[in-house]
Amino acid sequence: MQITSRELKIIPTSTQLTFNDVIGSWKARWGINRMNFIVEPGLYSVGNPSSNSSVLVSANYKMSFDKLRKELKAMDVWILVLDTKGINVWCAAGKGTFGTQELINRIAIVQLEKIVSHRTVILPQLGAPGIKAHEVSKFSGFKVIYGPVKAKDVKEFINSGMKATAEMRTVRFHAYDRLVLTPVDLVLSFKVSLMIFGVLFLLNLLGVGPFGFIDFYAYIGAVIVGCVLTPVLLPWIPGKAFAWKGWLLGIIWAVLVQVLNGWPDAPQYSLLRALGYLLILPPVSAFYAMNFTGSSTFTSFSGVLKEMKIAVPMIAISIFSGIVLLLVNSFIKY
Amino acid sequence: MKTQYLKDVSTLKLKSDRCTGCGRCIEVCPHNVFGINDGRSVIVDKDRCMECGACVKNCPFKALEVKQGVGCAYAIIMGWLTGTEPSCDCSDNGSGGCC
Repeated sequence: MQITSRELKIIPTSTQLTFNDVIGSWKARWGINRMNFIVEPGLYSVGNPSSNSSVLVSANYKMSFDKLRKELKAMDVWILVLDTKGINVWCAAGKGTFGTQELINRIAIVQLEKIVSHRTVILPQLGAPGIKAHEVSKFSGFKVIYGPVKAKDVKEFINSGMKATAEMRTVRFHAYDRLVLTPVDLVLSFKVSLMIFGVLFLLNLLGVGPFGFIDFYAYIGAVIVGCVLTPVLLPWIPGKAFAWKGWLLGIIWAVLVQVLNGWPDAPQYSLLRALGYLLILPPVSAFYAMNFTGSSTFTSFSGVLKEMKIAVPMIAISIFSGIVLLLVNSFIKY
Repeated sequence: MKTQYLKDVSTLKLKSDRCTGCGRCIEVCPHNVFGINDGRSVIVDKDRCMECGACVKNCPFKALEVKQGVGCAYAIIMGWLTGTEPSCDCSDNGSGGCC
């Protein structure tokens, strides 16, 4: 009888990020090649790990993997990368791809029991929504320890004998954390904006317009207010619902647009058009601000649903009425 | 500055009689919702809960319940449009803001 044994495959990696790694991260933030920014799932070695070294589990989104390994300078550890389809740990856990099944399978595929003598794997805490720790130990024999939320605390966590402070266990969402998330939404909003400009251009050709430079910058401003300004200023804007916060900054922008065009002393366009802007611009900001719930770290499904049941109809009615006013205005003029 | 969301919306429920005080929920919760009182877990501030489901999945005694879901407006809109459960699937079609 022939006994075949699978080869152990270990991929060496370093704690030093190259120029290309950094550029890759930056591109992903701007939505360039974001869905294909991946590393191969499997077992990686950092430094010269032994059979006693810790095993850290991560996702195969390259930004997640890079953020982890750059924090492991002067350490000898293993990194077990799960196949999360190129999605970061927290989102993949929510989807279940950073999950119990994948972890158990990946431990078996890399034959972790032959590589380390201990029976512990350290998971990022934000992987927990996808993992049933007690089932992982039941089926793989490996005990799950949840490490800190942030990779930068991993070293301290391991050095202190796997103790996480309350601070390490809590998700923060500082202004900078929010800022780095805004480009992706902005880039995606441009695609929608281009379509809207296309429609306006056609209306101009048909003679219904004319839509001009004021419409252009008023709209772009409203998008930036919703996609960038509201997220960055989030905790300082009164109220709780994201759409409301966006609307509030949006109405300030809408009033500013009127002032820039001579209101109230020497208005450069009609009252009808002014009202149209007041009805359209704030809900545009509100809509994009509402979409930031998906990037935020603290909104619940029930909460977002409650917010949307009120916000979505109001946004739709307001924008629709505003468009009617603008169209009526241009018909009166011509 | 603290970030707060809507009050009285979370579907989180704790069945104290099933809790053994193992502390796993405290360990996995990203928003510090739980505490220990008299050897059992207690919900300290339910309004901090984002329904990620980490505590429910990791409770070996099934003492916790929550309607796990994504707090993402884009996912909910796509759910409405396609008639499916909202999920964090924006990554598949390359649009939307989450993940």
